[in-house]
Amino acid sequence: MSAVDDPWLDPAQAQARLARTWGSLPGWWGALATVDHKRIGRRYLVTAFTFFALGGMLALGMRMQLAQAGSTLVGPDLYRQLFTVHSTTMMFLFAVPVMQGIAIYTVPLMAGTRTLAFPRLSAFSYWVYLLGGAMLWLAFLVDAGPDTGWFSYTPLAESQFSPGKRVDIWAQMVTFTEVSALAVAVSLVTTIVKQRAPGMTLARMPLHLWATLITSLMVVFAMPAVMLATALLIMDRLVGTQFFAPSGGGDSLLWQHMFWFFGHPEVYIIFLPALGMVSTVVETFTRRRIFGYPVMVLALAMTALFAFGLWVHHMYATGLPRLGNTFFMGASMIIAIPSGVQIFCWLATLWQGRPRFATPLMYMLGFIVVFVLGGLTGVMLASVPLDLQLHDSFFVVAHFHYVLIGGAVFPLIGALYYWWPKLTGRMPGERAGQWSFWLLFIGFNVTFFPQHLLGLAGMPRRVYTYAQGLGWDGLNLLSTAGSIVIGMSVLVTAWNLLRSLRRGEHAPPNPWDAGTLEWATASPPPTWNFAHQPVATDAHPLWRERESLPCMSGLALDKRELLLTSGVEARPDVRETSPGPSIWPLATALAVAALFVGSIYTPWAVVIGALPVTVTLIGWFWPKSLREDE
Amino acid sequence: MKRPMRFVGDVAQLPAYGHGHRSLTWWGTMGFVAIESMAFVLTIGIYLYLAGHTPEWPPHGNQPALTFGTTFLALIVLSIAPNVWLNRRARAENLSTVRLGLVVMSLVGLALLAIRVFEFPALGVSYKESAYGSVTVTLLGLHTTHLATDVMDTLVVTALMFTRHGRARRFVDVSDNAIYWNFVVVAWVPIYLVIYFGPRWL
Ligand code: HEM
Ligand SMILES: [Cu+2]
Repeated sequence: MSAVDDPWLDPAQAQARLARTWGSLPGWWGALATVDHKRIGRRYLVTAFTFFALGGMLALGMRMQLAQAGSTLVGPDLYRQLFTVHSTTMMFLFAVPVMQGIAIYTVPLMAGTRTLAFPRLSAFSYWVYLLGGAMLWLAFLVDAGPDTGWFSYTPLAESQFSPGKRVDIWAQMVTFTEVSALAVAVSLVTTIVKQRAPGMTLARMPLHLWATLITSLMVVFAMPAVMLATALLIMDRLVGTQFFAPSGGGDSLLWQHMFWFFGHPEVYIIFLPALGMVSTVVETFTRRRIFGYPVMVLALAMTALFAFGLWVHHMYATGLPRLGNTFFMGASMIIAIPSGVQIFCWLATLWQGRPRFATPLMYMLGFIVVFVLGGLTGVMLASVPLDLQLHDSFFVVAHFHYVLIGGAVFPLIGALYYWWPKLTGRMPGERAGQWSFWLLFIGFNVTFFPQHLLGLAGMPRRVYTYAQGLGWDGLNLLSTAGSIVIGMSVLVTAWNLLRSLRRGEHAPPNPWDAGTLEWATASPPPTWNFAHQPVATDAHPLWRERESLPCMSGLALDKRELLLTSGVEARPDVRETSPGPSIWPLATALAVAALFVGSIYTPWAVVIGALPVTVTLIGWFWPKSLREDE
Repeated sequence: MKRPMRFVGDVAQLPAYGHGHRSLTWWGTMGFVAIESMAFVLTIGIYLYLAGHTPEWPPHGNQPALTFGTTFLALIVLSIAPNVWLNRRARAENLSTVRLGLVVMSLVGLALLAIRVFEFPALGVSYKESAYGSVTVTLLGLHTTHLATDVMDTLVVTALMFTRHGRARRFVDVSDNAIYWNFVVVAWVPIYLVIYFGPRWL
């Protein structure tokens, strides 16, 4: 009996053998050892949305406190923890990982391959992310939540001004999440470059893959800066280095440079994947190819490139040289251009097609409106004189929530509705979907639009209350009311999706009549993704190949095998074995977590902790059977 | 509705692994090289930034002694020769010469680590003393971490090639490890210049 896929093999028999080869181990051990990218992706999504809910509850807590002047619901210390843990959770534990989670799930399917390039590394990334998030939240529950804001400026964050462990916990939580994000980025880049289905040349690559590729490259170049910065901060606090301490020849502004060299690209790391999702959904629901595909790719690349030249616009108020500021002001305004170009391309696509205004598309339209507003205030803030006036006011809070929620959360929830049938095999309810959209759209604007006005009126951010008689009461109450509506929208979506698991209609392979390869297989897909190696004859193979789908035979059935293709032309090149389930990624993640947590308390943890990390890594890489050598 | 499939090709005749950029691990290695290069570049940037903000660099005038750092530089640059040879033997999949090359590279790595032990005191500054001390020790420490990681990796791969696993795809591992070693070498040159000549030239 042949061990490879061939056209004359009985399909049922081939399937049984693929199931044996690609299956997870049974039981809870199997759950801990799994390397199935779909399971890992789903875990990322569940975990990230849990953090979103937790961070959202803290936001509601803050809004309750700010609903009226002089409220005593929350004191100053707790308020500081609330905004710090809220924003840290949203940025590091929700926005970045959730985008990566979507990519982990969708990229191999969309590229037409059986799994990620480094499935064990992705399992490891998930555990590290989970442990880092758990550490932050456990600390918060015992009143040791970080309290220096999401960018934790020095000198405030140095040990004289912030004794205790709160800042160290923040800094190590950042390390956890960045290790995880970097590892995922490497895996995604490799998958997209080397594992695209034969025929999927770069010129035919779906925009979602382009966006993921470019974002992952941004992660690789931006995140080392914050890892390094937090490591130096911990060293300053724990062993007495002098990086940020002016008394020892260090420099506080160095922290700001390091942080924002990462922090500005971070916003785009959150936002570029969302752009890919918007393009995907707009294409499917207009049934048209995107207008100006090469321009779209170029715009993504330009945005990514420019994003590295803008960080100083977060530092206008620090007294840097004028000329430098002028340069960064120009650069910050230029970045609006590629975003504007993309918006026109989407509008043109919608204009040419016959859009079906289903829930996913509604969310993308909501994105366009909200994001344009956020972009406008962004261009306003990029101007130095205005920023000096509005810096640290609620205008800034309004601006970045327009960009972050408009730019990322709207497309994300749209994408969740879009890929839900693929993820679960069930259709989400359409009516509840529409309700959730309108609640979010209205609630969001009611919450955040008034904050522009409050900021213009002088209300500072990060202050736990305000005095009566400043004329801020009404707008604050309105903002709080809006935040409750946002909460309702999230609940409707949660109810809708969870209910669909039991009562939803069963989803066919391609319920939206989409064109990309993830819809060429069952919903949800089997662990091996595709029965045969798909071939892409087009950016939308399912639209072009209405009669039958081209594919190739010849991949092994009795071992996990992937087809590698050449980077540009996607020509079949090599068959490579992919690693199976293993408990070692989890063991390594635990060892790494012990090292990181230990290093909050003693520098020796780094030395002693290196041993278990080494041992688990060797366990991970050492081949367990001769077959793995092939 | 499921669309029927039509077969347009067969991949069974393709090789089961490839060297260099044809393999996945090469891309993974390059990804981590990019991340770590970024960390080096940024740390050098911090060094220059702090030097630019400090009137006297180094603050108390005592310069790092050159002997150990330069010896290290000479040895690590020379190690490129056996390393390149090892990489070629790995691609030719010649087990006995690969074993020899790995043993040589393991010894070279251990010797370099031994020199490194003397390099830290030769800097003549403590990390606590000043920002100059902090960034100098950190820069050296960062490179040492890379060195130690790669030496460890080399030892493990060497052990692996002496077992029954010394075949097929494992030659790709040897080759990727050799490529990573080149990165450790190339990274040292600018770091050496910054640590030892920064105080002299800036
Ligand atoms: C779901 C609805 C949300 C509400 C009602 C909300 C509300 C708030 C409030 C009240 C503050 C503190 C303002 C202050 O006193 O300074 C805040 C800060 C912040 N939020 Fe949100 N937020 C929401 C979602 C998000 C999301 C999704 C993100 C990111 C993806 C985010 C990122 C931030 C950041 C970065 C800060 C700044 C914290 C700091 O000053 O360090 N928020 N938010
Ligand atoms: Cu920015």
